[in-house]
Amino acid sequence: MKSATTEARGIRALLIGLALVWLALIILLPLLAVFAQAFDKGFATFWAAIVEPDALAAIRLTLLTAIIVVPLNCVFGMCAAWAISKHDFRGRDLLTTLIDLPFSVSPVVAGLMFVLLFGANGWFGPWLIAHGVRIMFAVPAIVIATAFVTFPYVARELIPLMSAQGKAEEEAALTLGAGFFQTFWHVTLPNIRWGLLYGVLLTNARAMGEFGAVSVVSGHIRGLTDTMPLHVEVLYNEYNFVGAFAVASLLAALALVTLAAKALLEWRHRDSIAASGH
Amino acid sequence: MTITIDHLVKTFGTASALNGVSLEIPDKSFVALLGPSGSGKTTLLRIIAGLETADSGYVLFGGEDVTDRPVQRRNIGFVFQHYALFRHMTVAQNIAFGLTVMKRRERPSKDAIAARVDELLALVQLPGLGGRFPSQLSGGQRQRVALARALAREPAILLLDEPFGALDTKVRRELRGALREIHDRVGLTSIFVTHDREEAFALADTVAILSNGRIEQFAAPREIEQAPASEFVRDFVI
Repeated sequence: MKSATTEARGIRALLIGLALVWLALIILLPLLAVFAQAFDKGFATFWAAIVEPDALAAIRLTLLTAIIVVPLNCVFGMCAAWAISKHDFRGRDLLTTLIDLPFSVSPVVAGLMFVLLFGANGWFGPWLIAHGVRIMFAVPAIVIATAFVTFPYVARELIPLMSAQGKAEEEAALTLGAGFFQTFWHVTLPNIRWGLLYGVLLTNARAMGEFGAVSVVSGHIRGLTDTMPLHVEVLYNEYNFVGAFAVASLLAALALVTLAAKALLEWRHRDSIAASGH
Repeated sequence: MTITIDHLVKTFGTASALNGVSLEIPDKSFVALLGPSGSGKTTLLRIIAGLETADSGYVLFGGEDVTDRPVQRRNIGFVFQHYALFRHMTVAQNIAFGLTVMKRRERPSKDAIAARVDELLALVQLPGLGGRFPSQLSGGQRQRVALARALAREPAILLLDEPFGALDTKVRRELRGALREIHDRVGLTSIFVTHDREEAFALADTVAILSNGRIEQFAAPREIEQAPASEFVRDFVI
């Protein structure tokens, strides 16, 4: 008697093959091309393009933005996910929809919204300028725009996870005398740590890579308000392909490092992941 | 510890769960809350625990009003239907949890906690399993761990929400016997929720039969069998 899987063997091989070819074509090949182009004129040229002052400033600004935005969205994403998944309150559905808003709004529109709020002719712009607070075309605007665009990642990752886990363990902790923060620290957080890690890595990758919204609010001041993605574009438009691809490859490498870190963590903690039932 | 329940009312949205429930539960007694699903028995148990707040009415422990006291300070043990063990902690860490979260001044020493965990593991007949994770235990073993965890802080009151609901008949019987024995030995006042008539009558000193958020009858099993207080009780019990 033939089993169900042997009959499908040919089809299975075909599907796996197709998936691999597609993956290679769409993801692997372009990634390779970026690195190949970056090192086309040798390592010295690549290095020179990276340590050039404007490039260094862009790298610094991108890292600074990520360092501010990722913890903020980590905390607020957790709060939102906790409120939505463990509680029932009026306006819960509205909040769930609002969290998705940054995903559905084009980043360019997101950037323009902040121009309307904080720009020289915006709602708060004149007051802010009169009081010497600079938001637009400066670091604060870049941080705010990035925070907006990356807000959903942590919350989206955690809501299904926390909903599925229910609140029985939290209630058990309360009946055992644990306070709110003890319950959060000893029970809720350990149960969501892998989902949280994944959300944080996605947030980080997007925070470093965001182009559209940041492009609108940054003002493109070279060496001051150009992040790495903006700097890549500037170099590319100046036909400085080696420089553009050098910075681009560094950006891609940062993303690869975060993914590798995730894989490594998952591998090292595979036992506790299996035990926690993820 | 005596438990006094005084005219508890609770509604969820438009559906009423409790319609003015009053009960007087004597010290060291073993009480079953029996009723069909939707009768309000779990809601009543959760209000006694402090996991749910009543719209009106009072709960008193030993004559003391605890209606507004948070769950952490009620000194109760609670056993959940699906165990609610902390999945990322070992059995020993689960059982020790109530002790490890105590304020530093009140918390027992590490050795004392370890000794207490061993004592509780022996009490629920799971000696030597402290190093396991909940996922490595059977359903019956998990519920024994949950029971040990609920007893760690020496509560005066033990509340159990369908504690055997997720277990098969054989394990259920074993666990029932173990629970009754622990109740008698520790000197607890216990309340457990069930929809199983046979279980309630086999285990409890007194059974409260609920229907539509009201107590239909509160009496010893034999008395209920001999003199059912209402048509509902007669149908449900016999």
